Amino acid sequence: MPENPTPEIIEPEGAAQRIRSGKVSTRKIEHYVARLEDTPLQDVDKVDESAVPLSMWAQAWRSLRKQPLFIISAILILLVIAVAVFPQLFTHTDPTSCTLSNARKGPAAGHPLGFTFQGCDIYARIIFGARASVLVGLFTTIFVVIIGGALGALAGYYGGWLDAVLARITDIFFALPLILGAIIIMQLPAFRDNKSIWTVIITLTIFGWPQLARITRGAVIEAKNSDYVMASRALGLSKFKTLVKHVVPNSLAPIIVIATISLGIYIVAEATLSFLGVGLPPSIMSWGNDIASAQISLRNNPAILMWPALALSVTVLSFIMLGDAVRDALDPKSRKG
Amino acid sequence: MIRFTLLRFLQLIPVFLGATLLVYFLVFATPGNPIAALSGGKPMSPAVEAALTAQYNLDKPFWMQYLLYLKNLLSFDLGETFSGQPVSDVIGRAFPVTARLAIMALVFEAFFGIIFGVIAGLRKGKLFDSTVLIASLIVIAVPTFVLGFILQFVVGVKLAWAKPTVSPGAPWSDLILPALVLGLVSLAYVIRLTRTSVIENKNADYVRTATAKGLSRRRVVVVHIVRNSMIPVVTFLGADLGSLMGGAIVTEGIFNVPGVGNLLYLSILKGETPTVVAVVSVLVLVFVLANLVVDLLYAWLDPRIRYA
Repeated sequence: MPENPTPEIIEPEGAAQRIRSGKVSTRKIEHYVARLEDTPLQDVDKVDESAVPLSMWAQAWRSLRKQPLFIISAILILLVIAVAVFPQLFTHTDPTSCTLSNARKGPAAGHPLGFTFQGCDIYARIIFGARASVLVGLFTTIFVVIIGGALGALAGYYGGWLDAVLARITDIFFALPLILGAIIIMQLPAFRDNKSIWTVIITLTIFGWPQLARITRGAVIEAKNSDYVMASRALGLSKFKTLVKHVVPNSLAPIIVIATISLGIYIVAEATLSFLGVGLPPSIMSWGNDIASAQISLRNNPAILMWPALALSVTVLSFIMLGDAVRDALDPKSRKG
Repeated sequence: MIRFTLLRFLQLIPVFLGATLLVYFLVFATPGNPIAALSGGKPMSPAVEAALTAQYNLDKPFWMQYLLYLKNLLSFDLGETFSGQPVSDVIGRAFPVTARLAIMALVFEAFFGIIFGVIAGLRKGKLFDSTVLIASLIVIAVPTFVLGFILQFVVGVKLAWAKPTVSPGAPWSDLILPALVLGLVSLAYVIRLTRTSVIENKNADYVRTATAKGLSRRRVVVVHIVRNSMIPVVTFLGADLGSLMGGAIVTEGIFNVPGVGNLLYLSILKGETPTVVAVVSVLVLVFVLANLVVDLLYAWLDPRIRYA
């Protein structure tokens, strides 16, 4: 049986007055008032009123620290970043020295995950492949937040023609799916002939910023009508300085959430483009390239494809989980429940 | 309502023009020299080259090409591919396959997404809810091509429940597995959206009123909670139809589906301007029309919205 909500008895307003309206007692009533030590109210008085109230960020941090989801994803992300920065710490095997006689062999001493189609050590390739994914995800997110955030904030704050133009541009970009647009851009001669991490980052930025611009615009519009913005203007701060000092800091929460989740999505997009053969050049070690080259041996040696796929999925999962946890911590609605 | 429909329709025109112009510009700037590619990079007599260039309007300035293209698009004359087939024929063969694939994926994600989302939302914090939440996170994190390979390998090769690749005619039964893969990521989003929406709505005043006036639990859930929770979900599904058709590139590649995604990918690699722009124009058109349908559905789902 589904539970019914606790019934609440709500007396209609005015009922009490109506009963008393005939004869109002003028008799003085003495009540026993318990001493402070005897009442549960003392807890209320214990609250330290002089304490500085926690900011939204401090409160969010407090609730984040207790969330297992946050701790797990943060540890995984730190691990992936450590692997990307210092791959030599995690393996002594050279991922580019491959022996064809080892091709498709299973795990051996010193090679815990076995060998690829070309006889390369799978574990070493996964370790060295982390850098490409992390770089693409990180820099795309940074550029998207700078461009999309700035344009979205300006459009939401100043409105007018800027807002109208931005709305039309984002509409146009939304009509083109990310992968589709990215394939077209990656085929431009300037991009096709200079394939590198940076061309992938630029391409993903071109198609990523409209989403962030929309989110920022919404958040800024919500914040700009607040009393503190009016107060800041009334105190004589210029319109632009108010935007930078008060409106933007107060619109950061949804931007941070979307940026964290998008970072994971960009890593997937990079792997998908590399998989399709239009992303990173084969000379750059990346999980997407390794998955693409492993698909020919999927039927007989699925392990060659599954290990880099697992690394990729776990990395993306940690960023999405982190974004989810941060959203829960920053959203006061969910904190109540 | 009619005025609103017309107004929304008019708003689609700049989006459609902008998107096709953007794509046309990008594709136009793309190939080094598509005419030279026709002869396999071997030298070609200047007369033949000039004739071919004129045939594909490549000798005219860019804006002329685009205007000519628009004119042809509006008269449903989509030009020819470089191998001489009418583009409308090529799209006509590929489009129904992808449309079938996308619709199957959409039905799959809408049906299971809404059911799972509603149950999870009604039982917030229970085992079913947590399981669904974690499973949906995992599905979002695993790239589509990995999911595709895993399902192709497990269901298609190991268990042999379905064909690992699609046969030439692309019958409905062959498309089940690819549609599942295509719809899986969106399924996760539909579940999460529905769940959040149901949680927001289940404590609303009108739900309490409905319960208080003695309606059965089933009626309260279906008519009052679910219908009111569908607004964000419908928006997502409408926008998703377009991305499903565009995102089919990867799925169609893995399962060898002879659809639009495959066609588009091959045309881009060959630098076939007319085909690429025609296919993308059709996709953009589907996308904006789906969004229009969504806007009109709002009025039915949410009587509070009155379009004067």
